[in-house]
Amino acid sequence: MSTFRNSEGKPILLAMVKAIQENKDYLAEVDGLIGDGDHGMNMNKGFTVFEKRFGDKEFSFTEGLDELGNILFSEIGGSMGPIYGTILMDMASEGEELEVIGTAELGQMLAAGLSGLQEIVEAQVGDKTLVDTLSPAVDTLRAGAEAGKDFQEVLEEMKKAAAEGRDSTKDMVAKFGRSSRLGERSRGVLDAGATSCCIILTAMADSIISLL
Amino acid sequence: MQRILNDPDDIVDEMLKGFLKVHSDIVEAAENPRVVKVKKMKENKVAVVTGGGSGHKPAFIGYVGENLCDAAAVGEICSSPTAAAFLDAFKATDQGQGVACLYGNYSGDNMNVKMAVKMAKRAGITVKTVVANDDVASAPRDQREKRRGVAGEVLMWKAGGAKAAMGGTLDEVIAAAQKAIDNTRSVGIGLTPCTLPAVGHPNFEIKEGTMEVGIGHHGEPGIEVCEIETAAQMAKRMVDVVVPDYPFAEGDEVVVLVSGLGATPVMELYVLYDEIDKLLREKGIKTHKAYVGNYFTSLEMMGATLTIMKVDDELKELIDMPANSMGLTQV
Repeated sequence: MSTFRNSEGKPILLAMVKAIQENKDYLAEVDGLIGDGDHGMNMNKGFTVFEKRFGDKEFSFTEGLDELGNILFSEIGGSMGPIYGTILMDMASEGEELEVIGTAELGQMLAAGLSGLQEIVEAQVGDKTLVDTLSPAVDTLRAGAEAGKDFQEVLEEMKKAAAEGRDSTKDMVAKFGRSSRLGERSRGVLDAGATSCCIILTAMADSIISLL
Repeated sequence: MQRILNDPDDIVDEMLKGFLKVHSDIVEAAENPRVVKVKKMKENKVAVVTGGGSGHKPAFIGYVGENLCDAAAVGEICSSPTAAAFLDAFKATDQGQGVACLYGNYSGDNMNVKMAVKMAKRAGITVKTVVANDDVASAPRDQREKRRGVAGEVLMWKAGGAKAAMGGTLDEVIAAAQKAIDNTRSVGIGLTPCTLPAVGHPNFEIKEGTMEVGIGHHGEPGIEVCEIETAAQMAKRMVDVVVPDYPFAEGDEVVVLVSGLGATPVMELYVLYDEIDKLLREKGIKTHKAYVGNYFTSLEMMGATLTIMKVDDELKELIDMPANSMGLTQV
């Protein structure tokens, strides 16, 4: 199959939650190098609140994205609350009418998330933020849709693009956020937001693949 | 970790419970549990709101009080409050005269305030902002817009809060707060790192016997790491960073604020102040008023910040106005 049903998307959200929970300490470690070390904790807190509140309820992929985004946005704060809150809620509103989701639809949803994010922060590719992970993922989905490629193949490519994007932040100098105060001293370390974004996108892709 | 804690994840909520009990004569909880507001707000005045991450006591809730801020949004430790908390702080205090949101220049706070201001507009509330950027060491002089807000925020709240209490319009309150922060420069020296309770270990290092000049309130690296010095030498370093940046000159009248970063004994702050005062006198800079104490801290970091604000007649009047809050009381 080259699509999945929006209404059957609950496992994707739970997989994203699990991935963040499992990587809590890793994210804290990455963030601790040039941030303040609380990225793993805050992400874990928000994602776990979602799991507790909605874990035994029924919801679609887009409903789940909306609720998770809303929790991050309205209860977590910091920088990651508005960033991931905006991405997830804008993805949800782009896709809420969809019954089935394939390469093109997921691409449009992620693109909506990225453009929503860029309304509140001016970060571009190369600024050492999660845009470096998200933007190539969006490009891969778009290109895959245009080429009419198989959804699973495109998702595998998206994972690779996201990971390469994450890794590209290592040699960058931070332009946004707390690490930007470090200037050259921020070079040589992954960006924590780019890292968590890659974890989320990878979990999302793997879970979608298992539904196809 | 030698800390007084239950579950580290609950520290902010538990701190708020205690704070509200102790200071119930001045403040109360708003509908949103992450908003602290003044108990008796003067009628028909512009609302003054602030907010920021926790761990900086008395900032931010300690400056909610009479002739100061009317509400503060409360975030997790070293992490911005949510946009919803800022919005609810606006809603809890707006009396139709508008809201002056006076906060510090951090990316999380900027994003959340920006979103809250947008949502407030939809709800018919006018909010204008002043973003404090007094920390000299955090960016070069020609990039002042990138500088962080630190202890100078206290003087910004004092000026803005007083202007609002005197019946100033929203634009007048914003202008007074902006003037206060534009006239203010700060620098910090860190002697030990701080630990987020839920992380459990310091996330940066200051080696025994060294100090970091220009350190930020969250351990953001400074401009120089050097061997620890005498109070007189530290004072000279701080004055040498702050004074030429504004620049403060002979004949200027200033307010001086020396704040501890959390774990430095207050008596040492007075030693530091005395040295700073000597240097300012040598330069012919006249101190109108001085504050020394723990005004804006960073958990259990050791060290201090020096803040200097040039005052004119308007700022003197605003600074000298009586105030009553947990963090600042003057008669």
